[in-house]
Amino acid sequence: MIRYGALEILAEKEGDKDTLIIANIGFPSKELYEICDRKANFYMLGSMGLSSSIGLGLALARPDRKVLAIDGDGSVLMNMGSLATIANQHPDNYLLVIIDNGAYGSTGNQITATAGLTDLKEVALGAGVQNVAMVSDKSDLKEKLDTMDSGVLVVKTEPGNKKVPVIHLCPADIIKRFMEISSPPSHSR
Amino acid sequence: MDPSEEVFKGIKESGIDFVVSVPCANLQKLIPMVDSDPDIIHVPATREEEGIGICAGAYMGGKKPAIMMQNSGMGNSINALASLNRLYNIPLLIIISHRGIEGEPICAQVPMGEKTPHLLEVLDIPAYKPHLVQAKKTIEKATKKAFEEGKQAAILLSIGFWRES
Repeated sequence: MIRYGALEILAEKEGDKDTLIIANIGFPSKELYEICDRKANFYMLGSMGLSSSIGLGLALARPDRKVLAIDGDGSVLMNMGSLATIANQHPDNYLLVIIDNGAYGSTGNQITATAGLTDLKEVALGAGVQNVAMVSDKSDLKEKLDTMDSGVLVVKTEPGNKKVPVIHLCPADIIKRFMEISSPPSHSR
Repeated sequence: MDPSEEVFKGIKESGIDFVVSVPCANLQKLIPMVDSDPDIIHVPATREEEGIGICAGAYMGGKKPAIMMQNSGMGNSINALASLNRLYNIPLLIIISHRGIEGEPICAQVPMGEKTPHLLEVLDIPAYKPHLVQAKKTIEKATKKAFEEGKQAAILLSIGFWRES
């Protein structure tokens, strides 16, 4: 399974629900846009490393909504402190899905530390996250998405990107339509 | 007048209801005030850039966020302020303890202290430098403008500010 396959399952499980999804910079956002574009997807076009932080802030602001952030191994390695903050805040409406393909997929598939000795499941556990799981095949991923509402889910995949077009939405439109769903009515813009 | 109390009043009067903090010695009274306020969600972050991301998410969830930090944290916040806040017009109040200026005992604070106003200027983030008596009103005014315009505002609180009374 490559990232695209994991995103297809994620979209199949969450696409029809009102789950708020934060999508990581680069191919993850573009691939999700191709598979299942919806207003409740926030495509993070810049700020590499902050998908998990945006998801945390949103989950704390909206405890009544399910929030799912899609992150990558390279991005989490850039902001590992986020796992400690997530562990200590532990909102029960927030699931962080780390698609771990051992590569910086959007910049030429240079290997990351997880292709070496680093284990993000152990990092998340060490950071104090109580609910941590790791899957590497499609049926286990489906099962975990059915049963996990919070914590950190590491999805081990092969490196590789699907040939997908760029996102034909400007940043102002991405956030405007997202906030129509993500914020209470008086706050949308 | 107590500097921490005046800043806290400014935060409250501005309607800030979500605060991320990374500590500074000059914020040691303010952080517990924010933490114990029942109407503010307080999230201690490990690093300032992370905090900018948390605040952006909170804003998308309908909150009015602020981050409190030492100016040394501006360095690792810049990409987020540009490629997240500025890109999507996400407003933010940034309360900064400004070290490395007049009265600074630690030489390592000086290089970043000197550069901090320039960094804000390059980012087109207005830097307000109130005296104690205007602090509350300045924070209110800066927050109102930032959130109306989808921009960021910095309150630069000097070493001297924290010694005023």
